[in-house]
Amino acid sequence: MTQYILRRALQAILTLLVISVLIFGLISSVPGGIMSAYSENPDFTQEDLARLREKYGLNDPVPVRYAKWLLNVLQGDWGNSFTSKRPALQEISDRLPNTLLLMGSMFLVTLAIAIPLGIYSALKQYTFFDHLLTTVALAGQSLPTFWFGLLLIIIFSVLLKTPDGKPLLPSAGMMTLGQPFNLLDRLRHLILPVSMLAVISAASYMRYMRSSMLDVIHKDYVRTARGKGLPEKMVISRHALRNALIPIVTLLGLDLPNLFGGALFTETIFAWPGIGRLFFDSAMKTDYPVLMAVLMVYSFLIVASNLLVDLVYTVLDPRITLD
Amino acid sequence: MDDILNVQNLETRFKVKGGWNHAVNGVSFRVSEGETLGIVGESGCGKSVSVMSITRLIPIPPGQITAGTAMFGGRDLLKLSDQELSKVRGAEIGMVYQEPMTAFNPVLSIGRQLTEPLEVHQGLTRQQANARAEELLSLVGIPNPKERMRDYPHQFSGGMRQRAMIAMALVCSPKLLIADEPTTALDVTIQAQIVRLVKELRQQLGMSIIWITHDLSLIAGLAHRIVVMYAGYVIEEAPIKKLYANPSHPYTMGLLNSLPRLDESEHRRLESIDGLPPILHKKPSGCPFAPRCRFVVERCHREVPALLTVEEDHRAACWVNPHTRRER
Ligand SMILES: Nc1ncnc2c1ncn2[C@@H]1O[C@H](COP(=O)(O)OP(=O)(O)O)[C@@H](O)[C@H]1O
Ligand SMILES: [Mg+2]
Repeated sequence: MTQYILRRALQAILTLLVISVLIFGLISSVPGGIMSAYSENPDFTQEDLARLREKYGLNDPVPVRYAKWLLNVLQGDWGNSFTSKRPALQEISDRLPNTLLLMGSMFLVTLAIAIPLGIYSALKQYTFFDHLLTTVALAGQSLPTFWFGLLLIIIFSVLLKTPDGKPLLPSAGMMTLGQPFNLLDRLRHLILPVSMLAVISAASYMRYMRSSMLDVIHKDYVRTARGKGLPEKMVISRHALRNALIPIVTLLGLDLPNLFGGALFTETIFAWPGIGRLFFDSAMKTDYPVLMAVLMVYSFLIVASNLLVDLVYTVLDPRITLD
Repeated sequence: MDDILNVQNLETRFKVKGGWNHAVNGVSFRVSEGETLGIVGESGCGKSVSVMSITRLIPIPPGQITAGTAMFGGRDLLKLSDQELSKVRGAEIGMVYQEPMTAFNPVLSIGRQLTEPLEVHQGLTRQQANARAEELLSLVGIPNPKERMRDYPHQFSGGMRQRAMIAMALVCSPKLLIADEPTTALDVTIQAQIVRLVKELRQQLGMSIIWITHDLSLIAGLAHRIVVMYAGYVIEEAPIKKLYANPSHPYTMGLLNSLPRLDESEHRRLESIDGLPPILHKKPSGCPFAPRCRFVVERCHREVPALLTVEEDHRAACWVNPHTRRER
């Protein structure tokens, strides 16, 4: 087990190194060079640009720059943001928790909707509720994310108001400005962005859960469990569910990169101060120290969560051995 | 002796594309205390559906039990609520299935699966249940039961899995053990071991047994009485000696003829019955075996044969006496 994790960690480090080379190369080859975002700006003279290039070492060949970047990173120095001048790592650590909060909530809400409804739908196959749920899920799955987000804003922030005339739910940011932190306020800010993503992904996960459950409840071992006289609840929760979850975990693992991609949309629509927004802003300005840091953090999260999924997989299915 | 189970006129059908498959058509049989009943017939004759209907382990829908009674311990199992029935399953009736690989849950340890009936039926603690399960595992001949409890089904060999399955069926000391082709998926040598094991267990524990098989020779030394099924009907029923000595339905004769016999001096070609059992999309108006029968007479196409007494304890559903070739 520990040996397996060590080997996977080593693989992960190699993967991250390769990724860093690729994205460093990509960022360095933007048309017009790294400073292109400033070259059209009348406030910057040619001399200013030359001075900046000199200062950030942009005149070196790309491999040399990469080597320098890597050496610095290994010593914990990710460089400073071109725009805010603050350390890139600082920018990230300010915002990463916000993204993790958003993604984590959306992940939990998705599963909390999809798994019970999927099970229920499967157990009541071909009843009115099953037809209703599968129809709604199909519709939900086909909603365009942006459009649905805007619809939510129009309904809950523009049309519906509290008695004192404020929007029913906030549509931007993660706290009411000028107020100290307050859990209820944070939750209210989470509702719309989380709903946008969770409703859509819950729709597809519900359908997967339903078909996985249908598959399992006709298996021999479920009949065996009934034949032993277990109450139906136990048959479902202990014997069927655990087997039905195995393919769902695989799917979640494949889907995680999309989940992080979803952060970009949500944070843009709902002005959520997370690293998705940070990525967008720094990409617009080719702020490469921040851009590199954001992409490396994304890559790390994806590699780490894949490892986690594999571990969960072995816990769920004893037939899978780690080696 | 007292009947432990008495099934009368059981009818079960399955919804299929464009109608029904009549799988069981008025089956009656009984099992008395300590008795071992063999249910024999080719694959697809309705053996499994008959016994699975009794404990309602057939999928409903598409399955539907349309008639019959199944008296067990003074109650009609077919009239029990799901909750009442689950108190009988596993506690008073133990089940062993054909495929020990797929009948165990792949993600739970053997020990966990063996102790479950004890927890739900007898309210034992985990320790007590573990002790009892280990006891059963060693009784069915699994070495190192304490260690094997922690293993998962895929870590057991086929024969060991079936032994564990038998242990699981017996863990609550049921009065009746139903074994649905428990050796069909196993190697021949292991088949014989399992039969021997069940005989020993029967002697020690004294339960009644229903043993389903398509192989009459397998249960020759095990069953006291045999019910032969064809197309969802019981077509012959007799104590095993009488059945061997005097098979009175052409189908049973066919089954016996296709057995290699030890008392034969010359090598006779094994005879088998041509054709396959039918799938009945509607209830037949004549004998379902008629299309494959050598003794068929006109009446066979007109009337479904009733189970008629041949001799004491021995009944057969045939309009013709196949030994005299005369109509009964
Ligand atoms: N779940 C099911 N759905 C539809 N038909 C079934 C089902 N289970 C069994 N049958 C049908 O019932 C008939 C009897 O099957 P079965 O009792 O399994 O035969 P066997 O004598 O081999 O045990 C067969 O025609 C089979 O196709
Ligand atoms: Mg069968």
